[in-house]
Amino acid sequence: MSDLAKVIRHSARGMITLRGDLTSSPLKKAVKAATGYTVPKAGHIAGDDTKGVIWMSPDELLVMVPYGEVEATLAALDKTLLGKHYLAVDVSDARAVFTVEGAQAHEVLARVCPVDLHADSFAVGAFRRTRMAQVAAAIWRHEAGFDVICFRSVGDYAEGLLRNAAAAAPTGALG
Amino acid sequence: MLILECPYCGVHAEETELSPGGEAHLKRFGPGSSEDEFEGYLFVRENPKGVHFERWRHAYGCGKWFHAARCTTTLEVFGTYPAQTTEPPKDIKDKISAKRPGWRWRDFA
Ligand SMILES: [Zn+2]
Repeated sequence: MSDLAKVIRHSARGMITLRGDLTSSPLKKAVKAATGYTVPKAGHIAGDDTKGVIWMSPDELLVMVPYGEVEATLAALDKTLLGKHYLAVDVSDARAVFTVEGAQAHEVLARVCPVDLHADSFAVGAFRRTRMAQVAAAIWRHEAGFDVICFRSVGDYAEGLLRNAAAAAPTGALG
Repeated sequence: MLILECPYCGVHAEETELSPGGEAHLKRFGPGSSEDEFEGYLFVRENPKGVHFERWRHAYGCGKWFHAARCTTTLEVFGTYPAQTTEPPKDIKDKISAKRPGWRWRDFA
C-alpha cells in the first residue's frame, strides 16, 4: 500500500514562546534581531523551522531558532525587552514536531483537522492553530507539505494519528 | 455545524475548536447586592427562540474569549465581536434589525 504522504518526526527544535505587545517597537526589534524576520501578520509564519517567527495570538509569538541557540536567543530577548511587560520562555522540550510531506499531504491533515486546507484557502506560509483529532496542534504550509507542532506529552498519539491517516488511498474529494 | 469567525485571529473556527461560555453580557452582582439580584446573576438565563448572544472561547486556536450573535432557530450567525464590551456593537445590532425586525433580547433591541 502506498502512503498518501511521508510523515517525519523531528528531534527537538528550538522554540521560544514570546508574549507581549506585538505592536511595540522594542518587541519588534527583538524579534528581528533573533530571527532576521519581522513580526508576521495574523495566521502566518515568517521564515522557516530553523529561523522563523509565528503569529500565535494577538499577544503571542513563537520564535524558532536552532536548538543550540535557544539560550543565547533568550538572553538577547531579555536584554532588549528589559523593563517591558513581556514573557519569553523556552518551550523546545515541551513540543513534538512533524513534517507531512508530499502532494497529498493536505489530504492527510484534512482527515484529522477541521480546516479548509485547499491551497486557495491555506497557501504556503499560512499558519493555524487547530484541533488534530483529540489534541491541540499547530500547522503551517511550506513548499514540501506541512509542519505540525503539538505537545510532546501527546507526541506518540499524534505520530500514530498522522501515520494512520497517511496510510490510505486518496479519496480525491479535495481535488 | 456551527462555524464562528474569531474576531482576534480571523479564523473561521468550526464548533469543535471552540468552547461554549454561556450567555453573554451578564452583569455581576456580588457583595452588597440583593438576594434576587444575586440569584439572577447566578442562575437566571435567557432561553430564546431566535436572536441570542453568547460567549465563546477560541480554545484550540488563539485562546481568546469573544462574543457571538446568532439565531437559535435557524443557526444563522449575525456576527462575532471582541469580549471587551458590555453590549453588542452597533453594526451587529443593525445587522440583526435588518434580518429580524423588532427583535429584543434582555435590554437590547
Ligand atoms: Zn482566535
